[in-house]
Amino acid sequence: MHQFIKRIQETFSVGFVGATEWRGDVAVTVTRDKLHEVAQFLHNDPGMDFDYIVHVSSVDWPDDEERFEVVWEFYSIRKRHRIRLKTRVPESDCIVDSLTDLWKGADFMEREVFDMMGIRFRNHPDLRRILMPDDYTEGYPLRKDFPLRGKGWRDTFDFLDEVPR
Amino acid sequence: MAFEDQRTTVYKVNPEHPESETLPTLRTEELLLNMGPQHPSTHGVLKVILELEGERLVKSTPVMGFLHRGVEKLAEDGTYHQFIPHTDRLDYVCAMYNNFAYCRAVEKLMNLQVPERAEYLRTIVAEVQRIIGHQFWLGTQALDIGAMTVFFYCFRDREILLDWFDELCGARLTTSWYRIGGVERDLTPSLIDKLKQFLDYFPPKIDEYVVFLETNRIWLARTKGVAVISAEDAVSFGLSGPTLRGSGVDYDLRKYEPYSAYPKCDFSVPVGKNGDTYDRYWIRVMELYESVKIIRQCLEQMQEGPIMADVPSVTLPPKERVFTNLESMIQQFKLFSQGFNAPPGEIYCGTEAHKGELGFYIVSTGGGKPYRLKIRAPSFIHMGAFDYMSRGYMIADAITLFGTYDVVMGECDR
Repeated sequence: MHQFIKRIQETFSVGFVGATEWRGDVAVTVTRDKLHEVAQFLHNDPGMDFDYIVHVSSVDWPDDEERFEVVWEFYSIRKRHRIRLKTRVPESDCIVDSLTDLWKGADFMEREVFDMMGIRFRNHPDLRRILMPDDYTEGYPLRKDFPLRGKGWRDTFDFLDEVPR
Repeated sequence: MAFEDQRTTVYKVNPEHPESETLPTLRTEELLLNMGPQHPSTHGVLKVILELEGERLVKSTPVMGFLHRGVEKLAEDGTYHQFIPHTDRLDYVCAMYNNFAYCRAVEKLMNLQVPERAEYLRTIVAEVQRIIGHQFWLGTQALDIGAMTVFFYCFRDREILLDWFDELCGARLTTSWYRIGGVERDLTPSLIDKLKQFLDYFPPKIDEYVVFLETNRIWLARTKGVAVISAEDAVSFGLSGPTLRGSGVDYDLRKYEPYSAYPKCDFSVPVGKNGDTYDRYWIRVMELYESVKIIRQCLEQMQEGPIMADVPSVTLPPKERVFTNLESMIQQFKLFSQGFNAPPGEIYCGTEAHKGELGFYIVSTGGGKPYRLKIRAPSFIHMGAFDYMSRGYMIADAITLFGTYDVVMGECDR
């Protein structure tokens, strides 16, 4: 077992859900309420020292009870290692703690997750849409139930099933 | 006299201070200015709402997404091979490096070993692309600041390399030359000759660019001490590439997590001190010299060999076999229409593009299409620090700031 997984499991026996190690990537899943504590531990602990935020992402699993998965990826420039932190969010209560107080770069990355997947972030300084227009009301484009051709007025276009000859 | 009348309306008497009856105070207010979406220096379609106090920036709010095409959503609908041309359109100035980053990510997912010659070819072309990217950056940044000559010199030399790309893969910008497991075609003797000629021709030209700029007082005044960011803040914002190295952090994935043929090459990573626009410019110029060094070493070390991994279930057959051999034709057809069967799992793979760390996070549930594909675009993350870095500087420095990130909106908005 990887030393990060072991340490996180020892320190957070309550919030730890699971961990995987595949193709050299270490991923740790924690419960939503412990997320900020774990992130703080990753950021401040001298053995972890994850000072660099790589990306914030989200995955939609429509069949699961807790539908959305929010993914943070961190890197340590001093120690040269990386880790992936994940948590699950149900659709009915789609909110998770923001990590902008630990990594400033999380601001825009979390806004993108909100814009694309509709997951809200508690204590985020400026949670608005970032890539889609502010007045966009047709939903969240990267959700699996959002059709590829788009929604709203575009959906009323006549699509040709076959090329006419 | 009409002018005088207008002026008097601006003044007001402050009742708190009796002396103000004789010395009227000037009424001031914050000005809100929309910069863009159509502005030649924003390198695409970007709007920034600037809050100004006089000529100083108090706050700036980037409004992005004008070029959003939903590339991540499109990726979920196509096979892994089909997504390669989409990556060209991310950072359309440097398509090769996007192909490279994406192919590396899929190779990590499939646990694929790339043959040695292909690794060298990939490194050579990636470094040629880095030269093109930095030339493009230097030319446009100088043009934005007002030094026009450098632009022509940079673009003249960039043209040579674009023609070289044209001969290599038939396209100048949207190249799609990299393939999962290797590259599309080998370098011909003519291409190697032309590249060698360019390597002899180019270093004196870099000195020329530098002379133009280093002796230009306007360039120095507008880059030195402008848009300073400390190393700690730069790391916290997740900046990467020359933008981070300008602040003195030597984070370069070519050295930190060596890939392709980089570990076999001897090169250094230039690092700045002050974290200002000038240091970031200097790093990019120094990287031009380093790229020339890397390409030279690769051309020397490169041996004959296959250019594509031989894993028929994943990699494409050579093109000449597709047109002569039925099995290869079927293989090619099946790989493009159905894709290969990826194992379930998730990976993240970052690559040091010339703008910064370009990463792909791929979630696979098996089958021929990615379940989720997230692009970690350096331009987007750099824009997150725009507000923080612009505060307190002059309005004209906002333009320097766009330039210093080397922002391309195709990548920023995806």
